[in-house]
Amino acid sequence: MPIEITKDKWPGSIKAITIGATAAEGGTRTKAITVGGGTTMPYLQFEAPTPNKPVIAIEIKSRKPEDWSPLLAEVWGEAMADPAQWAQKAEEAGAGLIVLALTVEDSVEDAVRVVKSVLGAMGLPLIVWGPGQAEKDNELLVPVSEATKGEKLVLGICEDKNYRTIVATAMANGHLVQSRAPMDVNLSKQLNILISDMGIPKDRILMDPTTGALGYGIEYGYSVMERLRLAALQGDVMTQFPMIVTPGFEAWKTKEAKVGEGVPEAWGDWKARAINWETLTAMSLVESGADIIVLRHPESVKRIKEAIEELITA
Amino acid sequence: MALSGIQIYKMLPQTNCKECGFPTCLAFAMKLAAKQVELGTCPYVSDESKKQLAESSAPPIRLITLKANGTELKVGNEVVMFRHEKTFYNKPGLFLRVKASDPDITKKVATADAYKVNYVGMDFTLNGYAIEADGDLPAAVKAVRSVTKRPLMLIGSDAAALDSSLSLLAGEGTLIYAADSSNYEALAEVAKKHKAALVVKSDSLDDLADLTKKVQAKGVEDMVLDLGGKNLGEWLTRSTQARRLALKSNFKPLGYPTIFFAAQNGTDKEAIYAAQAIAKYAGFVVLDTFAPEMIYPLLVLRENIYTDPQKPIQVQPGIYEINSPKPDSPVLVTTNFSITYFAVANEVEGSGLPAWLVVTDAEGMSVLTAWAAGKFDAERIAKAIKGFDVASKVSRKRIVLPGHVAVLSGEVEEELPGWEVRVGPREAVDLPAFMKQALN
Ligand code: B12
Ligand code: SF4
Repeated sequence: MPIEITKDKWPGSIKAITIGATAAEGGTRTKAITVGGGTTMPYLQFEAPTPNKPVIAIEIKSRKPEDWSPLLAEVWGEAMADPAQWAQKAEEAGAGLIVLALTVEDSVEDAVRVVKSVLGAMGLPLIVWGPGQAEKDNELLVPVSEATKGEKLVLGICEDKNYRTIVATAMANGHLVQSRAPMDVNLSKQLNILISDMGIPKDRILMDPTTGALGYGIEYGYSVMERLRLAALQGDVMTQFPMIVTPGFEAWKTKEAKVGEGVPEAWGDWKARAINWETLTAMSLVESGADIIVLRHPESVKRIKEAIEELITA
Repeated sequence: MALSGIQIYKMLPQTNCKECGFPTCLAFAMKLAAKQVELGTCPYVSDESKKQLAESSAPPIRLITLKANGTELKVGNEVVMFRHEKTFYNKPGLFLRVKASDPDITKKVATADAYKVNYVGMDFTLNGYAIEADGDLPAAVKAVRSVTKRPLMLIGSDAAALDSSLSLLAGEGTLIYAADSSNYEALAEVAKKHKAALVVKSDSLDDLADLTKKVQAKGVEDMVLDLGGKNLGEWLTRSTQARRLALKSNFKPLGYPTIFFAAQNGTDKEAIYAAQAIAKYAGFVVLDTFAPEMIYPLLVLRENIYTDPQKPIQVQPGIYEINSPKPDSPVLVTTNFSITYFAVANEVEGSGLPAWLVVTDAEGMSVLTAWAAGKFDAERIAKAIKGFDVASKVSRKRIVLPGHVAVLSGEVEEELPGWEVRVGPREAVDLPAFMKQALN
């Protein structure tokens, strides 16, 4: 006897949002990328297809990072000292987007030059993060935004204490913003409201729920993402933005990924463990509804891309 | 679906004899619906009503217990689709598959069985072994049983071989894999005889539901479902549908835990397949590879997903001695979030350097979370230092704060006159170097 399979019907959906502009659209990207648009909990193909595949972004830095794991240095090699080359290699490694993180040492001229050289070196849409200190973020992101008008970059990271300047310059120059709140549904909503109230169109906001690494708080982010997705599907407009998560950044901070010696034998082979740490952190967030997954190691990129492919072709 | 008081009342004698201690049958029915009394308290319930009531109060996903000599694994009994709705209760069992034909089977199991890894103060291990009957099964069972005390799963379709193997495991709760429409009668017979749980397998939920009913009619209650599915997407769909049917529609034929083989599409996908199974409702996850670098993260993921969202894992506030500190050893201050405490304690312990670790009551939050929430401030730190009478233990009144809360140092100095306040590194990994270089 056939079983009656119940399907959830939701009044709301995730917004479909496009990043990057091609020449025809006033930018220089070879291809724009659209994320979001989901109308079900993640990958429930029997209710509705996943309209846009989640995308993997690879994170690169404007200067050679001295504190990154040697395992990352080993795979990116010389390119880590040259953002343009690094971005090219990241594109070859299968990234759908590039995240370029600026550093506190960058001057305004450095920042603009690096962003332009990265845009010149590859055709993917670009996300640019400030160094993470309010004043410096604003000092660098405003000129970057102006110098790349019309490219539809994503500028970040907007937090409750510092979002106005970034949102204003994104609006003036046709970019998008990344809005981050610390693992809380209401704080995410609140920040999205504040950002929307400035008048930026709602198809120009990506929501970052904050990521914790496997073993270091992943379960909080996991559940907040499920709750945000449920709220969005129930029709709460201020939670209907696609989600961007940073498992690469978080996982490669952990001792499990970073340290190869003097750790318990039960942790096993260092390199394999480090990559598992990043991929399992990422995979959990894929399951809980991530639309953009920012990673660091090419092997993780490959595995997560394959997983997403399987999830959408059920 | 649980019955209402009124529905239960209709099944009671309705004589209001008061022997249950309640004035009326209705009052008793209400208590029963609220699960505050046992049905047995009423001596007059008919057998028919007992059966109906027992069925309606059975958990929507059956609890399956596997047992061996001294170890036990409980799986199932889940009540929600999303962990924030309540919590996920019984962690999926992680089993390693070994082959009866493998001449190294004993060694393999012995190595895997010795595996133990510590995560925030808890020791994790594999839960059992799945023996594939591609050779002499009883011999393999004997060999494996000689090196492990954990529950077993037997993978095979030859009822006679299963029967003689299970005879070697008398008194245990073993899992048999797997009955399908062609062999369920014989396997149900064996499962019943040995009180084993039985995996029931089909590539469609419709057929699977039919099959569990047939197996149940043969007298086997403890079942586990193999949902089939060619890839991650198909398995996610089926796993979600089965869980929903069991939880939302109280559909009994699919109200059992599920099993998932993580290496079914190759060992290069094993970790990711297992991760999805852990997050998305599997009751048993079978691995083909014994690789600590994969098993450790999977065990951590399982712990994280199954942590009760209402209760962050905490340690007791207090003063902890690391590497037998002396009065002149440094005093380090941290919070009582388990992950934070162990990050620091493991680092210092590993370095061999002695220290006093003062764990403040930050309501189970990490350093920055607690700081942002006002649960780790100068006042609380001072209270801990005074409350645990740290001054009586040390000769040098000097404390080290986590680097992330450097901003607190001025206020802490004010709260703790006579104490020297130092700011440590941000990450615990850098503590040993800091202790060697900066703390002299
Ligand atoms: C998980 C998490 C939560 C969880 C709580 C987990 C818990 N039980 O603590 C939840 C979701 C509940 C939460 C809530 C909040 N959070 Co929170 N949270 C995080 C997150 C993602 C990870 C924290 C974590 O567990 N780290 C791992 C532990 C091990 O780190 P740790 O305690 O710092 O320990 C390390 C070091 O400090 C050092 N160390 C520790 N002790 C010592 C001692 C010495 C002597 C030394 C030298 C070193 C040292 O060693 C450890 C390992 O290196 C971070 C962001 C991030 N990715 O880091 C935000 C973060 C900490 N949260 C933040 C905020 C603002 C909040 C909230 C106030 C927001 C809200 N939602 O209302 C609340 C506060 C709680 C409340 N009001 O109930 C902010 C804090 C910002 C700031 N700088 O002030 C952060 C940084 C996120 C952000 N970027 O905005 N959070
Ligand atoms: S003992 Fe049974 S029959 Fe008597 S009052 Fe209680 S419920 Fe009714």
